[in-house]
Amino acid sequence: MTNYERKGNRMELTKDTLLDMYRRMVRIRIFEEGLMKFDEQGLIPGTGHVSIGEEAVAVGATTAMGNKDYLVSTHRGHGHLLARGAKMPIILAEVLGKATGCTGGKGGSMHLSDFDRYILGTNGIVGGGINIAGGIGLALQMQKTDQACLCFFGDGASNRGVFHEALNLASLWKVPTVYLCCNNQYAMTLPLCKNCANQDISARAVAYDIPGYQVDGTDVIAVYEAVAAALQRAREGKGPSLVEVISYRLRGHSMRMDRMPGGSSYRPEREIEEWEESKNPIKIFQQKLKELGYMTDESATKILSECQKEFREAVEFAQNSPEPKPESIYEWIYA
Amino acid sequence: MAERQIAFREAIAEAIKEEMTRDEKTFAMGEDMAVIGGAFGATKGLLEEFGEERVMDTPISETAIVGFALGAAIAGMRPIVEIMRCDWMTICMDEIVNQTAKMRYFTGGRPQIAVVIRTATEGGIGLGAQHSQSFEAWFTHVPGLKVVMPSTPYDAKGLLKAAIRDHNPVIFMEPQILYGASGPVPAEDYVVPLGKADVKREGKDITIVAWGGITPRVMNAAQTLADEGIDAEVIDPRTLRPLDIETIVASVKKTSKAVIAHEANKTSGFGAEVAAQIQELAFDYLDAPIQRVGAPDVLVPINRNLERIVLPGPERVIEAVKAIL
Repeated sequence: MTNYERKGNRMELTKDTLLDMYRRMVRIRIFEEGLMKFDEQGLIPGTGHVSIGEEAVAVGATTAMGNKDYLVSTHRGHGHLLARGAKMPIILAEVLGKATGCTGGKGGSMHLSDFDRYILGTNGIVGGGINIAGGIGLALQMQKTDQACLCFFGDGASNRGVFHEALNLASLWKVPTVYLCCNNQYAMTLPLCKNCANQDISARAVAYDIPGYQVDGTDVIAVYEAVAAALQRAREGKGPSLVEVISYRLRGHSMRMDRMPGGSSYRPEREIEEWEESKNPIKIFQQKLKELGYMTDESATKILSECQKEFREAVEFAQNSPEPKPESIYEWIYA
Repeated sequence: MAERQIAFREAIAEAIKEEMTRDEKTFAMGEDMAVIGGAFGATKGLLEEFGEERVMDTPISETAIVGFALGAAIAGMRPIVEIMRCDWMTICMDEIVNQTAKMRYFTGGRPQIAVVIRTATEGGIGLGAQHSQSFEAWFTHVPGLKVVMPSTPYDAKGLLKAAIRDHNPVIFMEPQILYGASGPVPAEDYVVPLGKADVKREGKDITIVAWGGITPRVMNAAQTLADEGIDAEVIDPRTLRPLDIETIVASVKKTSKAVIAHEANKTSGFGAEVAAQIQELAFDYLDAPIQRVGAPDVLVPINRNLERIVLPGPERVIEAVKAIL
């Protein structure tokens, strides 16, 4: 294991940026808590996978991205999209299956995208994006741009064969793709110790002759710094990096599973409480901002209520949006 | 002046060369396709022509080959990739079926997924049951894919050029038995449009629909039948998805009898789909049950005699024709 070594100045992030990062973390939390309420009421077709507890990963990583960098997400990707600036009403409409959603209400939570923002989107197949991100990197390399690609995946996906094929090829051809493994400790219900023979996923970087870092996923600035360095390396033509962010999934695998009787019997309640209490990334960041003198209880409450308002407006938009037209089932199959 | 004759493999290489010259966004990658020009010699000369930035040997990583191609297409490139054998397409089915075929849908119709996946298909050269299968029916089942299977060097060049220019993922299946077969191929630029069948032989007594490596054998069978006074019409759909059913049905309406021949296993083979569509559209014109010729439900053995028994030849086609005449 290599802990990421801080090289830059933590304070290169301005007060405005830091506050914006905090706001984006809160937005994600509010959005996903809201989704869970919708789900309880049976308003979400299928299901969705919330990233409550993992907000610092999404926000830290996307803050490090350039405007035209590509983002490849996972099935647990609402946070990635929102952190990157995708419009909340459009995302919510899609999750609810409305015509105004980014996939016309046909993709849902697992098929969100925002092509104008270079967000390739979420993916219903665990590990489905790992090769795609390598290919985007390959195209960027061929086009000789200074863009890069950031690919999220999880500890579960790290055990798919595609992980090996993609990282080997990405390193061999030095494509500008950063692989970010959000290790949230569980692959659906399977804990890391039963999932990975070597629980240090970042150590696998050695096999591909690329840098591998472990980062504290409750520290949004640490995530930012590690991903910024990895993206910089990618842009310099030095190839991919593997950044493992140690995080924790505070909710179940999916909203549907959360509602199943015994659906969370695979992990101890105490473990969840401990992360909720002492390793909650939003609380930790809020404390840090207060220590820096950038935030007060009042300004934190203001941000919270603004995010709640944004969510309410998104709900209004989504609920007032039309259902997709029947003939839309034929759209977008072929160009 | 006699028409230029070149081999099927040369027609493939020529198509790629012309299209890569035409469009800088294209590039080619796959296992052993650059330095040695492919396991079947169908990409010879491309590395020398375009250099290693556009013609790349890859590791034995089928999921990465297709997945990287998809990613590159999303970011604006037009990759032409090779999975050495159709049998190994099974290794990267997630990338083909769940990712490449669906990406346009999942991104709200935004990017062009201009990916061509070339693969050598079918048997006939003694390589056994993991090197001789033909899975065209697996791919025709998937919305979002186009499936092409040429049977002559002329069609190979023209269809591959059309596939490379197409804005959708195309599975391009090259019958390995045909790589060495020669035929007339114009040296100049031409395209055989996707989704258009070709009447390989006109006839009035019976319609034989055939594609892939069995097509030349069907043509031989038609000649034998002609010698016996039976005038068979042979139609090669060339593109299986989208299927030019109109041309097939027009022929069946004329002959009132149909035989469908392919090399893949008969059960759930694409012939079943063609038969179903014919009866849906031309039931009242049929004078006899549609006959299907395909491999029996066994594996392809390496023993030459056994392989000949399994893979249908002209005599099986003749048998099927005579069963309904």
